[in-house]
Formats: sequence, structure tokens, C-alpha cells
Amino acid sequence: MSEKVLLSIDNVTMRFGGLAAVSEVNIHVDKGELVGLIGPNGAGKTTLFNLMTGVYTPTEGDVSFDGSRLNGRKPFEIVGSGMARTFQNIRLFKALTALENVKIAANIHRQASLFDVVLRTPHLLKLDGELDAFSRDLLQQMDLADVADVRSSDLSYGLQRRLEIARALATKPKLLLLDEPAAGMNPQEKAQLMGLIRQIRERFSLTILLIEHDMKLVMGICERIYVLE
Amino acid sequence: MRWLLGRIGVVVLTCAILLVANRLLIDNIKEYYISVLVLCGLYATLAVSLNLINGITGQFSIGHAGFYAVGAYVGGAWTMLMRPLVVKSLPILQTGTQLGDHLNLFIALVLGTVCAGLTGLLVGLPSLRLRGDYLAIVTLGFGEVIRIVILNMDVVGGPRGFTPITALVNDHGIPLVWVFGLLVVVVAFSRNLVKSAQGLKFLAVREDEIAADAMGVNTTRVKVTAFVIGSAFAGAAGVLYAHCQTGVNPDSFDMNTSITVTTMVVLGGTGSISGSLLAGIVLTALPELLRYDFIKDYRMVIFSTLLVVFMLTRPQGIFGHREIALPRFLRRLIRKKENAP
Amino acid sequence: MQAFLQTLIYGVETGAIYALIALGYTMVYGVLRLINFAHGDVYMIGAFVGFYACTQWLPFKDLSQHPEAAAVNIALALITLFLSMLLCALLGITIERFAYRPLRNGFRNADAHFWGFVIALPVTAFVGAMSTTKRQGALLFAGVVIGFIMRPVMAHLTKRIKPSSSRLNALITAIGVSLILENGGINVFGADPKFIPDILPKRQFSLLGVEFNSSRLIILIIAAILMAVLRYIVLYTRPGKAMRAISHDIDAAKLMGINTDRVISFTFALGASLAGAAGFMVAAFTNIKVVPLFGLQPGLKAFVAAVLGGAGNIPGAALGGLIMGVVESLVASRYPQWRDAVAFILLIVILLVRPAGLLGKNTAEKV
Repeated sequence: MSEKVLLSIDNVTMRFGGLAAVSEVNIHVDKGELVGLIGPNGAGKTTLFNLMTGVYTPTEGDVSFDGSRLNGRKPFEIVGSGMARTFQNIRLFKALTALENVKIAANIHRQASLFDVVLRTPHLLKLDGELDAFSRDLLQQMDLADVADVRSSDLSYGLQRRLEIARALATKPKLLLLDEPAAGMNPQEKAQLMGLIRQIRERFSLTILLIEHDMKLVMGICERIYVLE
Repeated sequence: MRWLLGRIGVVVLTCAILLVANRLLIDNIKEYYISVLVLCGLYATLAVSLNLINGITGQFSIGHAGFYAVGAYVGGAWTMLMRPLVVKSLPILQTGTQLGDHLNLFIALVLGTVCAGLTGLLVGLPSLRLRGDYLAIVTLGFGEVIRIVILNMDVVGGPRGFTPITALVNDHGIPLVWVFGLLVVVVAFSRNLVKSAQGLKFLAVREDEIAADAMGVNTTRVKVTAFVIGSAFAGAAGVLYAHCQTGVNPDSFDMNTSITVTTMVVLGGTGSISGSLLAGIVLTALPELLRYDFIKDYRMVIFSTLLVVFMLTRPQGIFGHREIALPRFLRRLIRKKENAP
Repeated sequence: MQAFLQTLIYGVETGAIYALIALGYTMVYGVLRLINFAHGDVYMIGAFVGFYACTQWLPFKDLSQHPEAAAVNIALALITLFLSMLLCALLGITIERFAYRPLRNGFRNADAHFWGFVIALPVTAFVGAMSTTKRQGALLFAGVVIGFIMRPVMAHLTKRIKPSSSRLNALITAIGVSLILENGGINVFGADPKFIPDILPKRQFSLLGVEFNSSRLIILIIAAILMAVLRYIVLYTRPGKAMRAISHDIDAAKLMGINTDRVISFTFALGASLAGAAGFMVAAFTNIKVVPLFGLQPGLKAFVAAVLGGAGNIPGAALGGLIMGVVESLVASRYPQWRDAVAFILLIVILLVRPAGLLGKNTAEKV
């Protein structure tokens, strides 16, 4: 396998009961690529995402990422190795502010022990400070600084989508999986989103795999497209 | 170093305040009210510790009395059964002296806390496969099983209860200091947990488990941690209960106790530490103070009706997710101090 | 072997009662995803209705003095059974209307009236107990006045209430209702134990060396009939079909023109009437003492039985009840002190092996 390949899915099949949601799929994504994944409803696109991120374990076949096999690893471990995602139906931490949402994701690289947390040791205060600075900076870059202290459920739909992407970026991923990022957006917002995706790809030197229904968007930004049937 | 001195300062200050308040109270109010105060402190501790599990981490445990019982019985077992064996070789553990009494209570506390925490681990680990109502029922079931196991243990008295347990520190109302000291610890613990960005992962599990998982939060570990800590504190409260009441009975740890504590958490506003604290104190004191003859017969009906009406008219509890904030200048003062080093 | 069979028979009898109560739990859970904690207390009310009907309301004859009156007593017992079921159904509807519906749809004026009066009642009773002259008319008037005063107060408090979807809130409300019934029961009925006298002729007979008791057999037969009727209602009648539709998807059912509130009321009535029947039968035919906390343990165990079978699943509840009764009496025959723990241990084991219960469907959350 070449150095270039970041994610590869080899002959993956997923069955629920007797029903095959995904069967014998092969996909590979190289470093730095922006790849689209399209297909009709029920083709198993989201299932594939769930297979990659560890929500499900494939019935057959292998998923490997950055040179290591992912089968059977827990979602939170996979995030740690550099793959982050957004959800089709937005799943923010609703009662928490935008900043807190990002902090939770950013926390993954700056863990303190319970001892530190409870006694508020200098170590913890330093970590908390770093985390705060990092998260605010990220929000700034994503044009969300104004709403940092707003409850995420009070944000507009478009901002919620963007916050979800920001939250995923906070885990410092190598590969970003976007599950229908443009769902429910009007043409203007979609155009904005395309700009945003390009922009974060440059800035964070990301590899992106996205599921989308809007052909214009997919054709507009993706370098390669997989069609799932 | 400065940090360490600061922390020690806080502890010393808290102890001093507690001791002074204790002295003032002991000299001026009746013994009955002291025992009501002790109960208030214990139930507030229970409520705040359950809030860690139900409110902050968003789990659904309604069997908290079980852990309370484990603490009470383990603490009692140390004082009445184990200590007499150890005291021969370690005369310092002799009761009756100030040092011996406090040392013994401390050992009982540690043992009770650890055992209750381990029980919490035992309950928490398998229960994690369950969600919502089902988790609630299993915890309720575990609570009952713990009680029935105790009922069948003859060495701790079984249905007759475990009496007497030497009242280690009963003179001069020192129990108040221990009880409220524990309350301060559990409140500080919860508050620090929520305040730090590190503690946000507990809230993340409450808000959306799947998203938390996808953002790198080890949800299993977070839930088990919450369970263990919550039950450990309940155990500590149990140890103090056993020694303040100079004896315990399995009936004190039945489903009603669990339900009372759950009610406190919900009424206080699930997730609100100050809410749980306040509800714990008020809901314990209120029925005790209503114990006058003329309302006695009807107090439970009135109490339960008010509970339902309250749930219907203010479902988010007294405080919702919010906390009572300190006055602004105090907050500023504290913040300055924390940012100083 | 005979001892074993005997225990088994006892188990089935106990199980039938658990099953009757469990059905109410499971139906309500099915439509509302609510653990109706007050259900065990509805069972208690059923027993008390039976007690008052047998001792005061209906002209039962003492069989030891009038052995010829057996037929009359049987007819009266049947009437009592229906009376218990009817009153419990009404109670079930009331509980749903004033405790659970406000939680679901928001607190309305009518709810404020109701709860205002409920709070006013014990206050009035207290004033009555205090006053030396018993002017009941004046007291009633005072109660009404207090009730009316409470209304605007509550209406003010509840101006901006949104309906709550929190499961924890629903559970606490249910527990509150249960506490009201238990403590109200202590005030109204008194805490002293009551016994229903023997109202039916008793006969013992044995089959294959196993002792059968006629009155206990009656419980089994009536329970079986009631369950058959329930099955018919749920499977073949319109409200039954509506119930099943709601348990699949309440919002879709609403959009399809089903009056969900009415069907939910119906569900509570159905469940409560079964519990009422069970309460009366147990109190009348097993010589057990009737106290206001009569429903606590059976209610809890029946609930466990419902979860065991798969909460929301009607055949599951019947199965769970039977299993529970049998296992409990098997264990109790050997280790009586563990009798009450069995239910919970069984529950924990089943839930850990099959988290959705025996017949329940496992639904994973969709991502």
C-alpha cells in the first residue's frame, strides 16, 4: 500500500440481520484529497460513515486508516487517531454554548486526571487556559466568535452546521467526514459552505470525504466521486 | 507551591468556619434541631452526589439508598467488629479519647467510601448497557437487593438492625462538623468538575452520547466514573449517618429513601448543584418542622400533592440547569485570586 | 414431586395476579413510555372497594349462619368485581387526566382548578378535625373557596410553562401520585389492617395429590377470562387498534386523526380496571390484610414482571407475570428470606442478557 493512501475500505460488507446495507464496497482516499460520496437514499452512505468511525464493526472486510486497521475499535479511539465527523441530523450538545461544544472536542488532546480537575492544580489551570485559547481561536477562524457564549440550540440552522464542523476540527483531524453538510440549506448558503470547505481544507491541510445529494456542490468542489448503489 | 498553600488555606478556613458555627449552634439551639441539621446535611450530600450521576452525567439512577446503606454498614462494621480486633496492637485506636474517636471515624469513612465506590463500580459496569427507564429500574433493583442482602446478614444484625454503633464523636455536637465538612467536599468536588473544561465531557454524555463518542469522549469511562464517585459520596454519608444515629436499621435504606433523594435532585433542578443542595436541605427540614400535632396527620398528603403540583407547574425544578450565583463582587474577587499565579 | 407441583400451582396463582397488574403497566408504557408508579396503588384501591362493598355497601350474608345464601353471595361478588373494576377505571382516568396529561400537553386552567381543590381537601379536613362543632356545610364551602383561591395563584405561577418531555419528571410525577394515594389512603381508610370476611363457600379438593383451593382457583379462572377479553379488545376493536397505533408512533397516530388523548384515557381505564379486579380478588380470596400500602410490593413486582416480558409488550407482561410468580414461589419454598430479592435479581439478569426483555424488540438508536 502506498504512502499516499490515508483511508482505505476493502471489500466491506455490513449486514443487519439478513439485510445487507452495504456490500463489498471498495473506497480509498489519498492524503489531501477532497472526495465526494453520492448515491440514492438507502444506498448505505451513512452506514459507511458509521463503519469508518467505529459506530458499527463491518461484517466482512477491512477499514484501515493511516496505516492501521480500524475494525472493532471504539469511536472515541478512532477520533483520537485523526478522523472526525459531522452528523446528517445535527447532533450538537444542545444545552451547552458554542464554546463549550468546541472545548469538549478539543479536550481529547489535553486530558487531565480527575485529581487535577478536582483540586484545580496549576497543571489543570494551565491546560484549561490553553484549551480556552485554542477553542476561541478556532471559533474565530470559523467566524463563530460572536456566538461563542450562545447556547448552541439557540443558533440558526446554518450556524449550527458550521459549529458542528468547527467542533469536528477541534479534534485536529487528518480526515474530516462530512455527512450531508448542505442538507436544508438554500443556494446562497450552499455557495458559502463550498467556500468554507475549500478554505478549511487549505488552512488545516485536511483530507475531506463528504456525502452530499446536491450534485452542483459535489461537482463544484470534489476531485473524485464515488457512487454507491 | 503557592497553589498548595492556597489549598491548605481554604481547608483550614473551612474547618475554622465550621467549628465556630458549630460552637454557636450547640450553645444556642435544642438538641432536636441539631439532629435535624445533621439529617439535612446528610440528605444534601446524598442529593448532590446523586446529581453527579443523574444531573450532570444524565444517567438515570434511582437506587441511591443502596450505596448509602453500604457505607453505613461498612462504617459500622469497622467500629463495632473490626476495630476491637485491631485495637490490641494499635492502642491509638482506643475510643473515648478525642484523637482515637476522630481517627476511627476517619478510618470508617475511608472504608465506607471505598466499599460504596466499589459497589457503584459493580452496579455501574453492567448497567451501562442499559438506558433511561431500564437503567432506572435496574438501579432500583440493585438498591433493593443490597437491602435484602443486609437483611439476611446476621453478623450485622439482619432485620433487627445494627445497634449499637458507638457514637464516636457525639459530644459537643462535633458530628455537625463532620457532616457539613463532607457536604462542603462533595459540593466543591462537583463544582470543580463542572467548572473545568475537562469536566465538560460529563455534560457532553448527558447532552448526546453518540456525539460525545464521536468527539473522542470515552463515554463508558465517564459514566462509570460518575457512578463510582456518586456512590462513594453516598457511602461516606452513610458512615456518618450510622455513627450519628448510633445504629442503623435496614428499613432506613428502602426504596422510599432512594425516591426521596431522586425527588430532591429533580426538584432542585437536574444538573444544578446548588439546586440539589438547597432541595436536600429544605425537603429534609420541611417535613421535620411540619411535625407539629395539628398538621401531622395530613402532612404526607400535602407534601406529596405539592410535589406533583410542583412537577406539573415547574418541570425544570427550582433552578433548572442554572446555579445560584454569588454576588458579583465576590465572584470577581475569587476570579482574581484564581488567575493570580 | 408433589411438593414441587404444589409450589408450581401456587406460583401460577400468584403469577396470574402479577400478570393482571403487569398488563396495566405495560399498556401505559407502550403508549406513553411512562412508568406509571401509581398503578400498584390503583390495585390497593381495588382491594378497598372490595372491602367496603363486602362489609357495608352490599347485603352479603354470613355463610356460616345462612349456608343457603351462597348463590346470592356469588352474584354479589360478581357485582363487587365489576364495581372495583369500574371505580378503578375512573381513578385511572382521573390520574391520567390531571397528572400525566398536564405534563404532556401543558398545565391548563382545568388542571389548576383540580389541583387547587386537591390541596384544599386536606386543609378542609384539618379544619374540620379542629373545629368542635361539626358544620360540614360551612366546611365544604370553605374548601370550595380555598380551591378557588388556589386557582389564580397557580395560574399565575404557570403562565409560561412548556410541556415537559423529561422522563425523569414523568417518573417523579408518577411517584408523587403514588404517594398521594398511599398517604391519602392512610387518612381516609385508616392505617389499621382490614380483612374481607369469607363471602364464598370454600372447598378443597385434590388432584394427583396436589391440593386445590376453590377460591384460589376462582382467581385463576377470572384472570384468564379477563386476559382473553383484553386480548380481544386490543387486537380487534377500534380503540385497541388505535392503542397499538399510538404505541408505534404517537405523532403519526395523531396525524392520522386518532384522538390520542382519548385513547390514552381508555388505556389507563383498561389497565386500572384489571388492577382493580386483581386487588379485589386477592383481598377477598386469600385472607390477606388490606392496608393502604397494600399495593407497594405487588405493584413493584408486577412492574418488574412487565419489564421482564418486555415493557410495552402485552403478551410479554402476561408471560413475565407468570414466570415471576412461579420463580418466586419456587425460591420462597426453599429460601423464604430471599423471596423479595428474587424479583430484582431475575430482572437484573434478564436485562443484562436481553436488554429489551424476553419478548421485547431491541431498538438501537439511529445515528
